[in-house]
Amino acid sequence: MSTLYEEIQEIRARYPEDVESAVLPALRRAQEEHGWLSADVIREVADALESTPAYVHSIASFYDQFHLAPVGEHLVEVCTNVSCALVGAQQVLEALESGLGCHAGETSADGKVTLRAVECLGGCGWATIVAVDDHYRTHVKPDDVPALVEELAGGA
Amino acid sequence: MAPEIVFKDATTKLAEYEASGGYTALAKARGMTPQEVTDELIASELRGRGGAFFPTGRKWSFVPSKDQIPKPHYLVVNADESEPGSFKDNEILSRVPHRFVEGCLITAHAIDSKHVFVYIRGEYEGPYEILVGALEELKDRPEIRGDVTIVVHRGAGAYICGEETALLESLEGKRGQPRSKPPFPAISGLYASPTVVNNVETIVTVAPIITMGAAEYVKLGVPNTRGTRVVSLSGNVVNGGNYEIVPGMTIKAIIDELGGGIAGGRELKAVVPGGSSTVILTKDEVDVGYDFDSLSAKGTAMGSAGIVVLDDRCCIVQLGIRFSEFYEHESCGKCTPCREGTRWLTAILRKLEDGRATQSDLDLLLDVCDRINGKCLCPLGDSDAIIIASYVAKFRDEFQAHIDEGGCPFGGESSLDGVLAPIQMHTHSPVAVVPA
Repeated sequence: MSTLYEEIQEIRARYPEDVESAVLPALRRAQEEHGWLSADVIREVADALESTPAYVHSIASFYDQFHLAPVGEHLVEVCTNVSCALVGAQQVLEALESGLGCHAGETSADGKVTLRAVECLGGCGWATIVAVDDHYRTHVKPDDVPALVEELAGGA
Repeated sequence: MAPEIVFKDATTKLAEYEASGGYTALAKARGMTPQEVTDELIASELRGRGGAFFPTGRKWSFVPSKDQIPKPHYLVVNADESEPGSFKDNEILSRVPHRFVEGCLITAHAIDSKHVFVYIRGEYEGPYEILVGALEELKDRPEIRGDVTIVVHRGAGAYICGEETALLESLEGKRGQPRSKPPFPAISGLYASPTVVNNVETIVTVAPIITMGAAEYVKLGVPNTRGTRVVSLSGNVVNGGNYEIVPGMTIKAIIDELGGGIAGGRELKAVVPGGSSTVILTKDEVDVGYDFDSLSAKGTAMGSAGIVVLDDRCCIVQLGIRFSEFYEHESCGKCTPCREGTRWLTAILRKLEDGRATQSDLDLLLDVCDRINGKCLCPLGDSDAIIIASYVAKFRDEFQAHIDEGGCPFGGESSLDGVLAPIQMHTHSPVAVVPA
């Protein structure tokens, strides 16, 4: 069982030049482990990269997939860009909002699910795309939402 | 029936890929000099499939020799597909990962590179796992891998990283902000070394070209657009999906014959022809060949080949708002005209939609477009400016109606009504509000 520090050293070794290339994969790994990137986690990543917390935070804050605040156990992301919106993404989003009892951008009261509207996920022809913990569900309709909400409530 | 080049004998399994002739193009290419491989690509007339359409072989030929610049050469594959309407690279990586890897290895040979980086967008968990699985299968096959290392580098959610210099910045562990060009990546790219950046579809076409020969490849398509093109079809169409076509087929035929026509028996209103960043075509303009020259003649482009079909329920002002919100959200903030201008475009369009606009706002909208276009390091802001100007030019009556009627003439019945964009959920920094 390797530590985050050791894993980040392995990541660094993949890159031929000693620059900061490992910062994105390192942050991703840290987030997988901790759920979100607190100031402590940012410091841990910075130490492992021999960088500074300020630098690592400047990277983390640029990219949408890094969470600088706590998120739920599950992350549900609905694409609301044009191709999905044309076939009812907003209705899917609203069904999720009422099913989960929280607005887009918020986490359900039990802390289980964070709901987000996101930009194009690259599945336009299979709209509406809903990413559940990074795995795409395709052709999602508002009618599919109750089963999804139940699945999220039941799972760990 | 169009010939399949990209998706032919699609498989994710090494054994099946080899059974259908996989990795023989690599062996053939390694029997050729790098110059011969590059010449073959030049002769094939393959042009980059990421959007800029630059001739691939010529791009490779710009890489200086190691005598001229004694640094390692890098191949960076742009798999950061994020253009609204485009999802071809997603399916290519998912269905033909070994053809993609073979293309990487041939290209590495052609440009004398030992290091390949595949920058894949962070959201593409599925394609990432398939690609990593394909590379795992090659672990015990040193004769295929050669002395080339392929690193799959995941992005983390930033459209701008599809721009090649922003991608290189991101790969170096920086914020994804475009660089000033020149120097171009071929001279000074990743780690300030000579670098070729190619799109996924470009790379996946390399092995078939070597196998069939450039002379056969150029027989497909029309002048300036050879071979096949994977087109992403979405929106108000019966059968959305990716279709491999021979360029020259009309957009109308793509929608009707491949896509099964407009969904729900509605009327076609307009088409976004090559991803969100391309000039819109009205329903009267879609009987046009899907190739570089035909689309250029209409003032638009194939871009990343994402065709978005809009039926008669779509309010063009709302279309402008949603796309502009996207560019506003994705602007990296480096160049002022883009950072501020995309926000202004959204705000003015919102005034039109809400019925708060006066006649001068329409002029202001086009003025802001002019103040963005051509004034930034990369085309992100330009894209917003160009498409909004095209919406006004082609649907001016609809914009005018928003002013004359004091709001949206669709009265809440537009197919894009009330869509929540991510930019509405949060802003990256507290900034002054654009005057109402």
